[in-house]
Amino acid sequence: MTELGLTPYLCLGAFLFACGLLCIATKRNAVGILMGVELVLNAANVNFVACARFVPSFALEGQVFALLVIVLAAGEAAIALAIILNFYNNHATVDVDRADELKG
Amino acid sequence: MILFTAIASATGLSALAVVLSRNIVRSAVWLLFTLVGVSLLYFLLGAEFVGATQLIVYVGGTMVLVVFGVMLTAQQQFLKIRTRPQEWIVGIVLAGALFTLLATVSLRLGEGRTTAPTESMPGTGQLGVGFLTTYLLPFEIISVHLLVVLIGAAYLARAKRRPREGVASD
Repeated sequence: MTELGLTPYLCLGAFLFACGLLCIATKRNAVGILMGVELVLNAANVNFVACARFVPSFALEGQVFALLVIVLAAGEAAIALAIILNFYNNHATVDVDRADELKG
Repeated sequence: MILFTAIASATGLSALAVVLSRNIVRSAVWLLFTLVGVSLLYFLLGAEFVGATQLIVYVGGTMVLVVFGVMLTAQQQFLKIRTRPQEWIVGIVLAGALFTLLATVSLRLGEGRTTAPTESMPGTGQLGVGFLTTYLLPFEIISVHLLVVLIGAAYLARAKRRPREGVASD
C-alpha cells in the first residue's frame, strides 16, 4: 500500500474551500450562506490536520488550531442563526437580497 | 490509498451537492455527509481526538442548529429561492480561479512531503497538556469567547413581547 503525500489532502481542502465560496456567492437563503461558511472552515481544518500529520514540527499545533477552529465555528453558527431568526421574526424573510436593514 | 480516494471523493461530491441542490433541506443533508466525511479523513490521518470532536460538535451540535434554522424559517417560497444566472457565472468564475490558485500552491507545497513521519500523531494526553501549558491563553480566550457568544445568541434570539408604539402586540 503506497503512502499518500500531503498534496491530495491540500487539494481536497482547496476543493472544499471553492465549494464553500461558491455556496456563499450563489445562495440567496441566509441559512445556505451559513452552510457555505461551514464548508470554508472545514476546508481550513482539513489543511491544519493534514499539515499536522506531514510536517513534524507542526504535529501538536495543527491539532490545537483545528480544535480552536471547530469551537469558533460552533459559536459562529449559534450567533448567525440567532441573527437570522431575529431577522425572520422582524421581516418574515430569509432572502438576503431583501435584507437591506437589520433594525427591527 | 483506496480508503482515502473513496472518502475524499464522497466528501467532495457531497460538498458539490450542497452548492448545487436548490432545496435548502437537501443542502443541509448533504452538508451532514460532508462533515462526516471530513471527520473520517481526520481518523484516517491519525488525529482521533480531532475527528471525535468534529463528530460531536459539528454533526451533533452545529448541524442540529442549522437544521433547526432551516425548519424554523421553512416556508414554501424560501425553500427554493432561485439564483440569477449572472450570479452563478460570477460565482463559478471566482471559485474556479481560487481553486486553481490554491491547487497550484498545494502542488508546490506538497512536493517534498510524500511520506509521513514514522512517529504517530500526538494523542489526547499530549493535546491536553499542550492546552494547559503552551496554549493556555488561546484556550482561555476561546472559552470566554464561547460563553460571550452563547449569551449573545440567547439575547438576540429571545422572544420579544415589546409592544410597538400605539399598536398592541399579539
